[in-house]
Amino acid sequence: MTVLKTEGLTKHFGGLVAVSDFNVEIEKGELVGLIGPNGSGKTTIFNLITGLYKPTEGEIVFDGRNISGWRPDRITGLGIARTFQNIRLFTELSVLDNVRVGYHLRLDSSPFVAAVGLPTYRREEAEITEKSMQLLDIVELDDVAQEKAGGLPYGQQRKLEIARALATQPQLLLLDEPAAGMNPEEIRGLMDFIHRIMHMFELTVFLVEHHMRMIMGICPRILVLDHGVTIAHGTPVEIQNDPKVIEAYLGVEEEEDADY
Amino acid sequence: MTCLVVFFLFLWWAEGNLDPYMRRILNLIAINVIWAVTFNLIYGYTGQFSLGHAGFIAIGAYSAALLTMPLAQKVQNFFLVPLISPLNAIELPFLPSLVIAAVMAGLVGVLVGIPSLQLRGDYMALVTLGFAEVIRVIGMNLQSVTNGSLGLKGIPGYTNLLWSWGCAAVTIFIVWTLGSSSYGRAFKAIREDEVAAETTGVSLFYHKLMAFTVAALLTGLGGALLANLISTIDPNLFTFMLSYQVVTVTVLGGVGSLTGSVVASAIYVSLFELLRPIDQPIVIGSLTIPGRPGMRMVMFSVVFLLVILFYRRGLMGSTEFSWQWLASKLRFGRSIGRQET
Repeated sequence: MTVLKTEGLTKHFGGLVAVSDFNVEIEKGELVGLIGPNGSGKTTIFNLITGLYKPTEGEIVFDGRNISGWRPDRITGLGIARTFQNIRLFTELSVLDNVRVGYHLRLDSSPFVAAVGLPTYRREEAEITEKSMQLLDIVELDDVAQEKAGGLPYGQQRKLEIARALATQPQLLLLDEPAAGMNPEEIRGLMDFIHRIMHMFELTVFLVEHHMRMIMGICPRILVLDHGVTIAHGTPVEIQNDPKVIEAYLGVEEEEDADY
Repeated sequence: MTCLVVFFLFLWWAEGNLDPYMRRILNLIAINVIWAVTFNLIYGYTGQFSLGHAGFIAIGAYSAALLTMPLAQKVQNFFLVPLISPLNAIELPFLPSLVIAAVMAGLVGVLVGIPSLQLRGDYMALVTLGFAEVIRVIGMNLQSVTNGSLGLKGIPGYTNLLWSWGCAAVTIFIVWTLGSSSYGRAFKAIREDEVAAETTGVSLFYHKLMAFTVAALLTGLGGALLANLISTIDPNLFTFMLSYQVVTVTVLGGVGSLTGSVVASAIYVSLFELLRPIDQPIVIGSLTIPGRPGMRMVMFSVVFLLVILFYRRGLMGSTEFSWQWLASKLRFGRSIGRQET
């Protein structure tokens, strides 16, 4: 069953073509990777899918419904959640509250019922708290639940962001460079973690990554983007041997490695 | 809870025993509490900077004034242009007037909120500021309803300590429970990061409008109490300075802290009265300092400046008052004292 499908997705910023004619079809339970050099339009594609940008042309179909131009919160309600490249947590709120916000869109109680604190609301609230604690348990943040999210170390903030996304009960999870700033050890842990949550929540994952080794290691299928154009599509082995990819991306990667 | 009961018993006693001047001050504190708490809901919780409080206060005040004023008084007031038809035959008791005044302000809150909440930050502040001015100018010119710049006189003084503090308690209760519910978390998420809130499924517009409308409604309630307290209102009471005063009190108490708003309202109103002697000439020995009206405003600004300098996040920060909090503060203070000795 196709979960996400884009057709001729195009985004212009004034004269700049950020993404042009992007086509992808993601099946349920798949893990698809999207790579490309800096500024090649990866995050723009995520912003289009989650509704933060409106497409200039083309269609986004999720779960059989055309969602192009929808408001972000409605798209999240339909079952797409995401994380951000530069972590965006609610820093002044507690770790627990960050996750609890994720459950807000499935809340049944009206503002009036919630403000008066009727039993129906209190039951819902207790349920939300319990589920949130379970999620925090899965990402191993249950012991810091009452701390401010902004005070957590970097790696834990990344995990919390994923937990918050999971709280919205998505079918499709978009991860924007989840391995940024992690060492090889942590990346291996993250790869296991992604596999685990995919299995646990029956998720489909679309992943943007800069880190070649990671994406080659976990994604059975990869798309390569350069200047907004899809230049390759296939298995890691096919991608590694594609001359266009080597020219556009791998060459750059080696130089970057030399910088370290 | 017992504190609350004791406090209302005190108010009940005060109503009968304190002189009118003291009662006036206590009433004004309660009204300022309402305004500061509602501003906290918009700005402290939801992060939207609105300068439209004066407008909502005016709507509440005029609605309540026109509904409660005796018919004979209305004829006396509107001697230039008569009052339009349904209003000139209505005289309601206090409670329904309060409710209608609040609902009116809430409705206008929805109407103003729909366009202005699409904007962010400074732009939103400008539009709401403009709205408050529009209300004031309408008040000046719509003679058949507001009696123009002549204002309204002889509004019955229904507001007493139980009414004003009762309304303040209701306001605090609503804002507190809504703020600590799931909806309150959504408000705070919007304050922290709109983009993240949106992609976490929080409808920005719906929640901003909810906070704005509830705040407008309760602000109007405060305005209604004010009109029936001071018994004379005119459009120039509701200038930009009034909105500014609300912002001042809230910032003084700590943005995001309801108890801070209460403490700050008390300090603000009483300081304003305590500093009154400064406006009069002062004689120190052979030196005579001539009285300058407005001198207390200067003094007040100095006090405000000192608070901001030493308590950058307001008196309470964003924490709420509790006995544990006080105890921990005192213990901390004592331990510092011990270290010094």
